[in-house]
Amino acid sequence: MSDSPSTPLTTADGVPLKVSLRRAVRQSKLKALLLVAPLLLFLIVAFLMPIGEMLWRSIDNPEVSSSLPRTVVALEQWDGESLPGEPVYAALAEDLKAGQKARSLGLLSSRLNYEMSGMRSAVMGTARRIELIEPPYREALIDINDAWGEIDTWRVIQRESSPYTLSYYLAAVDHQYSPSGDIVAVPDYLQIHGTLFWRTFWMSGVITFLTLLLGYPVAFLLANLPLRHSNLLMILVLLPFWTSLLVRTTTWIAILQSQGVLNDMMVALGVIADEARWQMIHNKTGTIIAMTHILLPFMILPLYSVMKTIPPSYMRAARSLGGRAFLSFRRVYFPLTLPGIAAGGILVFILSIGYYITPALVGGQSGRFITNYIAYHMQTSLNWGLAAAIASILLFVVIVFYLVFNRLVGVDKVKLG
Amino acid sequence: MSKSSFIKGTGITVVTMSALAVAVSAQAQTLNIVSWGGAYSESQQKAYHEPWMKKSGDEIVNIDRSSNALAGLRAQTQAGNVTWDLVDMLPADALIACAEGLIEPIDHDALLAKSPDGTPPSEDFIEGSLDECFIPQIVYSNIVAFNTEMFPEDKQPSTIADVFDVENFPGKRTLMRKPINNLEWALVADGVAPEDVYDVLETEEGIQRAFAKLDTIKDQVIWWEEGAQPPQLLADQEVAFGSAYNGRIFNAMVNEDQPFEIIWDGQVFELDGWVVPAGKLDKVEDYLYYATDTQRLADQAKYISYGPARKSSAEMVSTHAETGIAMKPHMPTYGPNFETAIPKNNEFWADHNDELTQRFDAWLAQ
Repeated sequence: MSDSPSTPLTTADGVPLKVSLRRAVRQSKLKALLLVAPLLLFLIVAFLMPIGEMLWRSIDNPEVSSSLPRTVVALEQWDGESLPGEPVYAALAEDLKAGQKARSLGLLSSRLNYEMSGMRSAVMGTARRIELIEPPYREALIDINDAWGEIDTWRVIQRESSPYTLSYYLAAVDHQYSPSGDIVAVPDYLQIHGTLFWRTFWMSGVITFLTLLLGYPVAFLLANLPLRHSNLLMILVLLPFWTSLLVRTTTWIAILQSQGVLNDMMVALGVIADEARWQMIHNKTGTIIAMTHILLPFMILPLYSVMKTIPPSYMRAARSLGGRAFLSFRRVYFPLTLPGIAAGGILVFILSIGYYITPALVGGQSGRFITNYIAYHMQTSLNWGLAAAIASILLFVVIVFYLVFNRLVGVDKVKLG
Repeated sequence: MSKSSFIKGTGITVVTMSALAVAVSAQAQTLNIVSWGGAYSESQQKAYHEPWMKKSGDEIVNIDRSSNALAGLRAQTQAGNVTWDLVDMLPADALIACAEGLIEPIDHDALLAKSPDGTPPSEDFIEGSLDECFIPQIVYSNIVAFNTEMFPEDKQPSTIADVFDVENFPGKRTLMRKPINNLEWALVADGVAPEDVYDVLETEEGIQRAFAKLDTIKDQVIWWEEGAQPPQLLADQEVAFGSAYNGRIFNAMVNEDQPFEIIWDGQVFELDGWVVPAGKLDKVEDYLYYATDTQRLADQAKYISYGPARKSSAEMVSTHAETGIAMKPHMPTYGPNFETAIPKNNEFWADHNDELTQRFDAWLAQ
């Protein structure tokens, strides 16, 4: 090899090594991409797109501008101080006529009713009689429904005529626009979401703490028993994990209800009187007990995976250096398990914030989560914009927790075994 | 494919498909019918579905989704794949679905059977019950019932005011976890005449008055969400009073021999009926013609104590199919039961349900 050092290295068939290497890397990258493509596609279609749509829905506000196009244009000139003039009323009559024909006023009336109770019947009632009215439209429309004679009605229409709105987010945090356009809190008797958000967070915190309290010793045993015993224990931990969520939840109902197993036993043993049975279900207690049980494996497994990696010799060393059992545990073992505690904690906390079916079944009135209210807005009140806004806030909170966790501990520490 | 040709393409498919639908409509088909489940679906099964399946060879699939029917219709329509053929719905929801174009407008006289004496449907159905997209079947009622064994024989409750009188009629109550009916009853119990209830509720003072009255029994109330709960709680004597649909209480009284009695005072009644999802009219019109005729509606009253929505059927109501007792005294529309009845004001609730439900939930959370 007497060639000068500038000659590039080549493979057997004379291609420069650099090029060949690059090609090989590209090929393996492509192969990897092809292999994950089905999952990637699935995630985009089933996960990212719905989330995107949800975020979109929470600010999307097409109803007024698409159903009342002429009115919206006519209102642009309005000063907002006194009732609008005849051209605006004429435009409204025209819009309602067209909407009634196209059957497109249902969503508009619901939308306006969210902002101002009474607008549903104002829109629908007026639309039903719209063919009969004659100019001057201002008198005619006010004659059909007083709402058209109130300045606030027109302010709402003007405000909600933009294609995007913040009203759903405001409603989700118990606020609203005042008639003059300022953001104000809703009256006390209508405040519900704040309470539910707060309850969801503190109860999830309690549940996370309880799973840690109960799960830590179990994980410790799992990691330190001889394999023969720890395998059996592992199966006991995983068994509930493999059982249907609904079965586990309804089992708690059978155990905890006032005519249930636990109360019957307590009465039989004479601990409590028959008339003074404990109310342990359909309230906060029920939600906390059932969810702690259901989420326990999510705490035990990350703890176990961390504890498994701590060599027993560390504790022996601590003891041989004179540390008493508790001191060695606190100063040596416990700090080493912190990543496991953090991983289990964030997992359980995030899961429990989003839990829906268990609080719905065992939570009664006082043990409900904000998720149950999302379901209510999805299925019963049909205010999907508000449901999307509440869900987006939850999503945002979870992302914040995740980022903080990643900063402090690192996501790569989360292992399930 | 460009957007416009895509739309044209779909248009052609729709045309061919509806042509196909016409061609096969004479043949046996499967109808997906959405209803409420329980004793109510049972009564429809026996009175309408079974004889129709025998007659036409069609297959009818019952889907118990009426409690969320409006949400379901919206979702199916947005997804462009409506699988329901006929939906049992309350008139308030039907009004909204109609305004959103989710369901078909109905020409009642052209589509439905005349009564046996030739009266057209528009005159045979109860006055004011025919909405643009709605075909009524029954009149049902929200009532409060009580367990007779939980009160001394000489001191049984009889009015709505008694339900709010914890002193003279002690015991837990179970009420539906919604403002509807409860606010009306609270006002009636507070001395408002049944016909003035909604005028009072239109005012802020009226709403406060209703909630103040509910406050007096709040700690005695177990709130229910499923229609099956109140009869169960009453039977277990967990509660003394329970608000319920009158048919469920009737079912428990007659078929299960429970010692219940209905307080007809202040009953809040309304209709229930069919709506046809957009585009499904051709498929279901034969069934609809059959299932809403005078005989079928009268037959349904053999199985459940809901009043038929046709006057010609009301005259034919006879006895209960299994026990043979006379059905007329158990109907919400029976004279003595009907004296202080409140017709549910759907327009009021369409306007105020969202706000009052939120207020009610906040009140519960206090």
